[in-house]
This record gives sequence, C-alpha cells and structure tokens, in this order.
Amino acid sequence: MERLEVLKTYKIYIGGKFPRTESARYYSPKNAKGQALGNICLSSRKDVRNAVVAARKAVGGWSERAAFNRSQILYRIAEMLEGRRAQFIDELIFQGATKAAAEKEVNLAIDRLIYYAGWCDKYVQVLSSVNPVSSAHFNFSTYEATGVVGVIAGQKTSLIDLVSIVAPVIAGGNSCVVIANENLPLCSVTFSEVLNSSDVPGGVVNILTGKQAEMIPALTTHMDVNAIAYCGNDSATLATIQENAVGNLKRVRAYDKNWMDAKSQDLYLISDFQEVKTTWHPIENIGGATSSY
Amino acid sequence: MAKKQIKGWDYSPAPESTSHIDLKKRYDLYINGEWVKPSSKKYFKTINPANEELLAEVAHANEKDVDKAVKAARKAYEEVWSKTSPSERAKYIFRIARLMQERSREFAVIESLDAGKTIRESRDVDVPLAANHFFYNAGWADKLEFAFPNRKVEPLGVAGQIIPWNFPLLMAAWKIAPALATGNTVVLKPAETTPLTALKLAEVIHDAGLPPGVVNIVTGYGDTGAAIVNHDDVDKIAFTGSTGVGKIIQKAVSGTNKKTTLELGGKSANIIMDDAPLDQAVEGIINGIFFNQGHVCCAGSRLFVQESVYDTVIEKLKHRMDSLIVGDPLDKNTDIGAINSKEQLDIINGYIKIGKDEGAEMYQSKCDIPGSGFYCRPTLVLNVAQSSKLVQEEIFGPVLAIQTFRTVDEVIQKANNTPFGLAAGVWTDKGSRIFNLTTKLRAGVVWANTYNKFDPSSPFGGYKESGFGREGGLHGLEGYLKMN
Repeated sequence: MERLEVLKTYKIYIGGKFPRTESARYYSPKNAKGQALGNICLSSRKDVRNAVVAARKAVGGWSERAAFNRSQILYRIAEMLEGRRAQFIDELIFQGATKAAAEKEVNLAIDRLIYYAGWCDKYVQVLSSVNPVSSAHFNFSTYEATGVVGVIAGQKTSLIDLVSIVAPVIAGGNSCVVIANENLPLCSVTFSEVLNSSDVPGGVVNILTGKQAEMIPALTTHMDVNAIAYCGNDSATLATIQENAVGNLKRVRAYDKNWMDAKSQDLYLISDFQEVKTTWHPIENIGGATSSY
Repeated sequence: MAKKQIKGWDYSPAPESTSHIDLKKRYDLYINGEWVKPSSKKYFKTINPANEELLAEVAHANEKDVDKAVKAARKAYEEVWSKTSPSERAKYIFRIARLMQERSREFAVIESLDAGKTIRESRDVDVPLAANHFFYNAGWADKLEFAFPNRKVEPLGVAGQIIPWNFPLLMAAWKIAPALATGNTVVLKPAETTPLTALKLAEVIHDAGLPPGVVNIVTGYGDTGAAIVNHDDVDKIAFTGSTGVGKIIQKAVSGTNKKTTLELGGKSANIIMDDAPLDQAVEGIINGIFFNQGHVCCAGSRLFVQESVYDTVIEKLKHRMDSLIVGDPLDKNTDIGAINSKEQLDIINGYIKIGKDEGAEMYQSKCDIPGSGFYCRPTLVLNVAQSSKLVQEEIFGPVLAIQTFRTVDEVIQKANNTPFGLAAGVWTDKGSRIFNLTTKLRAGVVWANTYNKFDPSSPFGGYKESGFGREGGLHGLEGYLKMN
C-alpha cells in the first residue's frame, strides 16, 4: 500500500515561536501550473504588532551580544541552511524555479550568510573613526544598531530575496519584522525553521506571510519601528512608506536590486541600519610631562 | 560656600564696541554672485532682541526668487563647480575660512546684535568654530576617495539648506562647508530672525572669488524654506530646526529622490553620579542648559542627579546660578544674553507657566534683567514628574527639569525614555562607568565630564526623532554624496 504523505502546515514566526496567524485566516497562492502552494497564514495588523513587540524585546540583548558571537550565529544559520539544501531546492522548484536556478539560489543564500557572518566583527572597525578634536578629549565615533527594522522583502524570488536583506540587518545587531514574499512564501516559512535551530534568539527575526498591502501600513506607521527596508521598485508603495515613516522619523532605505547578482552584497547594507554615536571622553591633563624623550 | 552675593561689588559695564562693523540698511538676495532685489518686492525687519532696535531690512524671497537661486546653483554646478578640480575647490574653501578669521570681530559683534547671544560666546565659540568648519572640510575636497572604502563617490548636485536662529553663522558653516567640499552647489536660507551673519558670509564668499551661483543666500520666512524644499531641481535638503518642521519637510520630500539630513530637537539628559567631581559637574550643568540662553538643540535640559548627592548639587547649582549675569549680550561680563525673539520668549514663558500650574517646585535666579528687550531668568524645575510637559518637550530656553535616580540602570531607562536622542552628558570619576553609560544611552553625541563641546572633526547628529544624518567629521560628508 502506498504511504500517505504528511503535509506541512505553514506557520508564521514571532518571538521564536511558530503560531498560526491570530486572525485564523489563510490564502492559497498558486504556482504556474495552478497547484496551490499551501494554506498560507494571512497575517493581520495584530500579527504585525505582536511581531514588533517581540522584536523590541529581542533587540537589546542581540545588539549587546559580542560581535564575534553574532558572527558565529550567522555562520550557524548558513550551516543549518546547508543541511536543508534539498528541502529548499524542492520548495523553489515547486514554486516554479528550474532545478538549476533553485540550486544556484540556495547556494548563493548560504554563501551570502557566510559573507555577512564575516562582517559582524569587522564593519565597526572599518567604518568607525577616532576624531582629533582640539580639546583634551578622546573623541570617537562608532556604530550602533538602529533598533527594530521593518523589512519588506523582495518579490522576485523566495529565499535569496529574504536572506540578502535580513542578514545585513541582523549582522548589525538590529532585530526585524519581515513581510515575506507574498506569492512565493514557502521558503520564508522554512527559513524561519532554520533560524530557530541556529541559536538566533527568539524575536531577532520575525517573519510574517500574507498580503503586503494589508501589512505595510501597520508596519510602516508603527511608532516602535525605527527603520524600514523596502525591497522593490513600486514608486507609489515607496512614497506611501516614506510618508508613513514620518510619524517617528523612521529611516527608510529602498533597494531595487537583483539579489541573485553576486555583487548585491555590501558592507553599506549593514551601515544603512546603523546610528553613528560620538563619545567625548576626558583626558586628564595636569602635569607638564610630554611623550617625547 | 558663600550664599550671599557681596553687595557693592558689581561689575562695571564692559561693552564690546560696535563701531567697526559694517551693516547696510537694507539687504537684497545673494543670487548668482550678485545682490538682487526680491521679486516679491517685500522686505522684513531684523531687530536686536536685546533692545528691540532695528538692525536692517532684509529681502523676503518668494517662489520666483528661490527658483532663480536654484537655477543659478544648477548652472554653476553643471558648468563650473563640477568641472573645478577637487584641489582647486579645496583652495576656495580654505580661502573662505581665512577671510572669516580675518573679519572675526565683525562677525562676532553682528552675531550678538542679531541673535542676542553673548559676545563671549559669539567671539569664542560661534565664529572660530564656523571658520574651523570651513578649514576642516576644505581639506576633504581632494581626499574623498579615502572616506568611503570600496565606493566611488560623486556630488548630488544642488543642495537646499535651511538653518535655525540659534547659531546663525555656525549653522551656515556646518551646511555650506561640507556641501562645497563634496562638490555640490548651495541655496541656503537663514532664519528670519537672524539673517545678518549669513549675508555677511555671502560678502566673504564673494570676496573669496567663488564662482557665481555656487553659493546663493535667500532670506525669508517659512514660505521661502518651503519653496526650497518643494523645488523640483533640488537634489538634497539639509535642515536644522525643530522636530515638528523636520517632519513636515520629510513628508514633503516623500516620493521624491531628494536626499535629506535632519538635525532636529532634543531633550538631552545630563547625568550626575555620586562620585562625580561636583563643582566641575555644576559648571557642566550650567553650561549644558544656559549656554546660548538654552537655545541649543542638544541642551542638557533634563538633569538627573543621584539621590545621595542631590541636596549638595542643588545647593551648589542655585548658588552658581545666582551669580550668573543676565543682560546686554555685547557686555563681555554677560553670561546669559537675550532670548532670540518675542515669539520664543512667549513659548518659554508658556512652559514656565505650565510648570507653575502643575505645582512644580520652581527656582529662578534673582538677578536683575534689563527693562527692554527679551530676557528670561535662568529657571530650575525641581522634582518634576517624567510625564510632565517640561520633561517631555523641548523648551529651547534656560529652563532645566531636574529628576533624581538611585541606580545606573534606573537612570539609563529614564534618560532613554524620550522620543528624542540627540545628546547626553555623564559625570563620574570612573572611566569604566562612563563607557557603560555612554554605550547604553540612545543618543548621537555623548559627553563625559563635559557638555556642549563641538569640533569640526567630531560628527554631530541624533538618534530617533532627533533626526538622521551627521554633520561634521568624516561622517558628515556622506549626506552630500552619491555612493556608487
């Protein structure tokens, strides 16, 4: 007798847990052959708000982790993704990719995580400065995470569009709430399972599936979100996001990139979600001794 | 500690002379290297807030005038400035710096006359710092490839710049110097109550031989600023001012390709730990809130004192405050000058009234203040609730809200409990404690055992609703560049 396959229930990812949407609604995007991809959570405004609460709770601890530790965790995500290559390739093919394209995308996603894992404990060194002020102060400018970042993931493909923006955001110590690819959601859901098994603290990445048009207003007007990463090229959507962001002066970054391009990874994607802090530390200057001898 | 001031030991007046300054009765707009009459045909008066006397009449630029200025800036960008070699660009900026230094006294006196700030501050802080910003940025012009690793940078084009009335010349320098160094051309609007030093700067820029149209100065009110913000051919908006106006600007540029930097309001925490050198800390509190009459976006307007030293600090603070001289800005003995305008004085008095109505414990120094002009006594608001408007909102005057705390964790939470994030101060003898606090305070500039220090090499700017982008230092260049 043929074995009955166990079907997967696709969930959202909030605060390190896998709830279904609080609204109990679903949608069924279809692939090119007309097959339903699954009963995907149609997340609500309330889910967005819950995710922001989780992200806010997580950001303090995550940003204060040693940069080296964040680097190890990003590397661990890559390891876990490598172990699940076959599953992601299957999902990408089911969503409509060719086998070659699917393999390329998964490989690139793994390598991209490694790239940003390496940056975690280097971007501050590269971008910071010691400023030679005229007074007796040790003055330096360094980088700190902006805070909670709302991510509107690219809609071209499922995995690389997600990884390419989430990796630099969390490499820099931010937490994020991600609105996943609306019509190709499978890999985003499965990627949250990878995150969950990679020592990424709950709440650092939260991933919601559903309608962009419904979630973008809730996310971009939320007063506890500090920045927005919009991956896309719809100028009307971007203008709305920019207007919504004014309420608490969110930093809005827009990317219209082909994330499959190897050159789309960049140090400055990390610094786009950083704040420059300048510290003036006093230097005692009492005696007349000089450093010359 | 002597609590009473010694009677009969008053300072003799020591006014700075105004004889060597050269002010015209009427100023036109500086567009394309010429002084042109406003097409609005309107002029407004700029007065000395210390005695309400007329200083000059200044042109009120309308949309047409702004359009003319933007066109001049575009033409200068396309035809001249973008073709000028970076090292030559640097030399123009160096030249401006030198000319400002040479005319420093005139700048200082006019700044004090127009803004109400003390001559001590305009002479020792505003004018030298403004010149230094030109010096510092000049050198970047031919070194930009070192600033952003792995990137090719190019200028944006025409920068529209709108500046406030609290540091009129210094803000003009903060804006113009990096814009020119990065190869942009400029349309700058000074604040309506303090246009004169920017217009004098136009003279210096003219004398420096800067090609026509590279810097254009248009004076006016909010409508003039709006015309710059909404002009289609402006590539960049740099604004310093209130968070309210910053949000209006940010909304106006939504959906456009204009790059913005916003330096906005603050409600910065100045934190006194029990091991701080208290006399030095008291000087820091005074400087933090009363510098420039409290018209400072990063003013240390929320004081947090550790409970165990609270009584001592307040006693010393009141004593020190009572010795502050409020009066003629041009007098070299004056510590606190005039409030910049009647409007601002009304706003400050409105907040003081709120404090009184809320039943807050208030302390004002008993000093004499002049009969005419706009003045406000330095004011302490003690034991004020976190929810009070005096703790939550930017007052932009000499009013200090004082709260207490017991532990480091408590003060970090209280200090960060604000939508602003511009600056903070920390006073303690312990270096490790300084770094614990400075890394946890969500603010763009943190001073340890000092306050209100500025330097052209030191980036300045805020977190959260205090705006975005940096001014000064290497990081101040980014807002004026396209990264490729």
